Amino acid sequence: MTKRVVVTGVGLVTPLGCRVEDVWQSLCAGKSGIRSITDGPLSVFRTKVAGFCDDFVAEDYVSVKDTHKLDRFTLFALASAIDAVRASGLDFSKEDPFRCGVITGCGVGGLGEITRQQDRLRTMGPGKISPYTIPKIMANAGPGQIAIRYGLHGPTYSIATACASANSAMSESFRAIRLGEADVVITGGTESAVTELGLAGFCSMRALSERPVPPEEASSPFDAKRDGFVIGEGAGILVFEELQHAKKRGAPILGEVLGYGATTDASHITQPDADGVYPAEAMRAALRCASLAPEELDYINLHGTATKLGDLAETSAIKRALGDHAYKIPMSSTKSHIGHLLGGSGGPEAIFSLLTMRDGIAPPTINLTEPDPQCDLDYVPLKAREISARRVMSNSFGFGGHNVCVIFGKFQ
Amino acid sequence: MSSQEVQEKVIGIIADQLGVDAKTITRDTDIANDLGADSLDFAELMIVFEEKFDIDIVEEDAQNITTVGQVIDNIEKQLKTK
Repeated sequence: MTKRVVVTGVGLVTPLGCRVEDVWQSLCAGKSGIRSITDGPLSVFRTKVAGFCDDFVAEDYVSVKDTHKLDRFTLFALASAIDAVRASGLDFSKEDPFRCGVITGCGVGGLGEITRQQDRLRTMGPGKISPYTIPKIMANAGPGQIAIRYGLHGPTYSIATACASANSAMSESFRAIRLGEADVVITGGTESAVTELGLAGFCSMRALSERPVPPEEASSPFDAKRDGFVIGEGAGILVFEELQHAKKRGAPILGEVLGYGATTDASHITQPDADGVYPAEAMRAALRCASLAPEELDYINLHGTATKLGDLAETSAIKRALGDHAYKIPMSSTKSHIGHLLGGSGGPEAIFSLLTMRDGIAPPTINLTEPDPQCDLDYVPLKAREISARRVMSNSFGFGGHNVCVIFGKFQ
Repeated sequence: MSSQEVQEKVIGIIADQLGVDAKTITRDTDIANDLGADSLDFAELMIVFEEKFDIDIVEEDAQNITTVGQVIDNIEKQLKTK
């Protein structure tokens, strides 16, 4: 007998702020968290905009000592987890610690710290390398630190499937609870790669938007003028919990995890297949896992990064997977507001999907003023819309060819 | 730099690095036992001292340091011979 999995708490750190309800209000109001990169070492690149979590204050969550020892991506994850656990009402001192774990996603880890220490190595020599370097940069620092914070001894690991990492982590967390291996799994994703090396690498690939437009207009998924994604930083963490466990303690239930699907392009390491064959299979697999027909899906939070090919591929994939229903279902890309948080992106996007169901509001895809004729689905352009959403899907696709879709349902 | 200045600077660095109140730190404070520094915290502290005072703390000396006073003495000794 498989178990049911519900979401009992969420927390996030995004370029639109760090408080879930405030960020959600901003999204629905069509606000952007993207700003220009005005000076300093990040200003030398072709792209001039990014989504920074300027409102984030690490000391609100951790000790001063920890601010030295943890990289920004770990601080994001820890802060989001603290908010999520608080919202869930969980008191881990009353839980069996071996039944509680942490499975989160992260694309690269401490990219900023890698560069800082590499610079020190070259200029000052090996004796000046911080002993914190390795525990700070490792991609699994996030779940490790969250487990330490709460004394959790169940399965804990980090998953790296680039920009699909958070969705992969949620899929594995869902499985662990569904199969009875854990009662609670803290999941989601985090990333802080808006650093010199991160910007340099993505710019060199010509993956980022370079158009000289006001920063808040730069991220424009599915628009004819789109020219690449806007990079962002942040995290989104969710508490997944076994239904009976949640009920027994009277937990707040934000929604149910119904299923997931994962496939791999296996064609090119970064370039998506324009026909969307493999992401379509991931969507189909997610529907099968959730025992849903395509018509039963009410909303999609899109991967929608605003690369030329990626948006086309996702559009094709949705048509393949949903058939006629593709033209009837509202969908939006919240990357138009906060940019692309890479391995972290699926975390906030899952939270937004749950809030879409809770409030019956689809946040808009902003900056979609001149639709690409080849992208002809209902992306909820410019203005939020009231919808009736009982089942929603969140898509994430990553370099490496990873396609991971997660479906949430209204709890009933 | 006077002895007093060295002491204040050392205590300030320790307080910032380990997130403790500077007023609780004296020459007799044991960095590991009283302030909870683990081996990595200790190694990081030595690197920060080296940078802030522009000195080199040799490995053998560092291994024998346990208290704040020993740090101050080591740094003063090196600043005199610079």
